Amino acid sequence: MPFIELDALEKAFTVRRRAGLLRREKREVRAVDGITFGVERGEMVGYIGPNGAGKSTTIKMLTGILTPSGGRLRVAGIDPARERTRLARRIGVVFGQRTTLWWDLPLRDSYRLVHRMYQVPDARFRENLDRCVELLELGDLLDVPVRQLSLGQRMRGDIAAALLHDPDVLYLDEPTIGLDIVSRTRVRSFLRELNADRGTTVLLTTHDLTDIEQLCSRVMVIDHGRLMYDGDLTGLHESGGGERLLVVDLATAMPPIEDVPGARFVRAEGPRQWLAFPATSSAAPLVAAVAAAYPLVDLSVREPDIETVIAKMYGGTREERRESLT
Amino acid sequence: MAERTAAEPVARREGAAGVAGPGRARLVRRGGESWRTYRMVAGMWIRSTMTYRSSFALTLFSSFCVTFFDFVVILLMFGHVEGIGGFAFAEVAFLYGTAGTSFGLADLTTGSLQRMGRRVRDGSLDTFLLRPAPLLAQVAADGFALRRLGRLTQGLVVLVWGLLLLDGVTWTPLKVLLVPVTVVCGAVIFMAVMVVGASAQFWIQDAAEVTNSFTYGGNTLLQYPPTIFAQELVRGVVYVVPLAFVSWLPALYVLGRPAPAGVPSWAAFASPAVALVCCGLAGLVWRAGVRSYRSTGS
Repeated sequence: MPFIELDALEKAFTVRRRAGLLRREKREVRAVDGITFGVERGEMVGYIGPNGAGKSTTIKMLTGILTPSGGRLRVAGIDPARERTRLARRIGVVFGQRTTLWWDLPLRDSYRLVHRMYQVPDARFRENLDRCVELLELGDLLDVPVRQLSLGQRMRGDIAAALLHDPDVLYLDEPTIGLDIVSRTRVRSFLRELNADRGTTVLLTTHDLTDIEQLCSRVMVIDHGRLMYDGDLTGLHESGGGERLLVVDLATAMPPIEDVPGARFVRAEGPRQWLAFPATSSAAPLVAAVAAAYPLVDLSVREPDIETVIAKMYGGTREERRESLT
Repeated sequence: MAERTAAEPVARREGAAGVAGPGRARLVRRGGESWRTYRMVAGMWIRSTMTYRSSFALTLFSSFCVTFFDFVVILLMFGHVEGIGGFAFAEVAFLYGTAGTSFGLADLTTGSLQRMGRRVRDGSLDTFLLRPAPLLAQVAADGFALRRLGRLTQGLVVLVWGLLLLDGVTWTPLKVLLVPVTVVCGAVIFMAVMVVGASAQFWIQDAAEVTNSFTYGGNTLLQYPPTIFAQELVRGVVYVVPLAFVSWLPALYVLGRPAPAGVPSWAAFASPAVALVCCGLAGLVWRAGVRSYRSTGS
C-alpha cells in the first residue's frame, strides 16, 4: 500500500458572492475535483499547477487542516481529518509564505518548543538539530531573533523546525519562493540529502521548474482541481509538446539561423537570436552545429515555464480554458 | 464526512462532563496535554514580551491604573451617598471584588481568545492545526500577556478590602467556603463565555465585540448590587446568560440578602453545576466551530 494514498479526493467550497445590492449568490467551487494518486515511501514528488489549481487545498487535506468533502485519504495509514494530532507527529510542513518561528525570540527558542511539544527524545533532538544546523548553515543564526533574519535565513530556519521531530513525510509549499540563487541551491541540496539519507518522503509544490528538475523524479500537474499529468519531467515536456529555447549571442548581427537541423528560428535582436528545439532532445548537438557554422560568443538555454507547458498541454491559455469550462 | 466523531481539542475544563470509564481516562489525558501545551505556549509569549522590558513595564502600569480608576469612581460615589441600591460600601466592595477577581482570572488565562478572529482571517490558525497539541489550549495561550495580572490584582485587593470591612455578616463554615468557590466558578463561567465567543469567530469573523459585551459588560454589571438594575435585565442575566452565578447569587447569600428577581435561594449554591454545564456547552460549540473551519478553510 502506498505511503500517501488519495482516492477520488474531493473538496468543494461554497462561495458567497455579492450579486447586487442585497442579493447574494451562492456558488459551489470544486477546488479539488476527484484526485487519485499514491506516493511510495521515500519518493520525492513535485506537485505543480497554476495559481488556484488546488495545490494548497490538497496539502491542507493531507495535513488534516481541511476535511475532504469526498473520497478517501490516507497518510501513513492515518486518516488526517480524523486523527490530525496523531498524524502531526509524523509529518513536517513548511509553508513558504508563512513562518512557524517565533518572531521576537531567537531561533533556538522556537526549536526548544518543537523539542518539548513533539516530545522528541533529547539525544535524538540534539542529533537532528546538529545535522540541520550544519547542513543548512544555521550555526551563527541560532541566537538571533527571528525578526532579524533575512527571508532566505528564515526559510532555512523553518525547514529545520519542520524536521526536528523526524517526520516521515515533508510537505513543502513553495519552499524557494522569494529566495536568492544561493539560498535556493542550499535548500535544494539539503532536501536532496535528506531524501537520500533519511528516506524522507517529500512532496513539494512550486512554481520553479528548476526545483522539480533538480529534486523530483516524479511530477504531478494539477489544474482546476484535477490531476492532469503524473509521470517524470521528460514525459511532461513530451506530452506538452514543450520547446526549450536556445539563446545565442553571435559576434555580429547575422541573418536568421535556419540551416541547423532540429532547431526552429524564433526571432533575432541584433547579434542575439532565439532558436526553439524540442524539450526532449539534447541541446549539445545543436550548440555544436551552431558553433561550427557561426561566430558564437555566448549562449544560454531557457526551460519552458510551467504555465507555458501546461498551456500547451491542454491547448490555449489558462483564461481560454477557463472560459471554455464555464 | 459529517458523521466524523474525531476527538477535537475540547476545553480542558470540559473534562468535568462526568464521563465514566475509558472516556474519563481520555479526558484526563487530554486535560494534561492541554495544560502542558498551554504552559509551553504561554511561556513562549512571556519570553517574547520580556524582550521588550520597558514596554512591558509600561503596559502593566497603565493596565493597573485603568482598573484602579474604575474603583476610584465607586469610592467617589460613596463619598456622596450612603449606599447603592440599599447596599453599604463594604457590601459593594465585596460584590465588586468577587466579580473582578473572577473576571481577572478568566481574562488572564483565556482573554487571548478574542484575538482568534485575526488568526482565522489571516490563516495563521493553520500552523496551530499542524502541531500535535490541542487547538483550544494553543489558541487560549496565544498572546498570553502578564499585563493582565493588573486586573486580577486589582480585583483581589478590592475583594480582601471588602471582606475586612464587612461587619454585619455572621460567618458560617459554608459561607467561608462559598467565597473561594464563587470566585473560581465565576472565572470558569467567564472562560466558557470567552470560548463560546471565540468559537463564534469561526463563523462570524468580527464576533469579538459581541463577546466583549458579555464578558467586559457582564463584569461591569456584576460589580454593582442587582437592586439598582431593572428586574428584566436581572432576569436576563440569570436565565439567559448565566453570568449572575459568577458573583451575585452566592455573594448575596454570603451577605445574608434575598436573591433578586424571584430566584430561589438554593441557586446561590448552583455555581459549580452552572460552571460545569457552561463548560460542556462551550466545548460543544468550540468543537462545532473547529469542524466548520476545517470544512471551509480560511
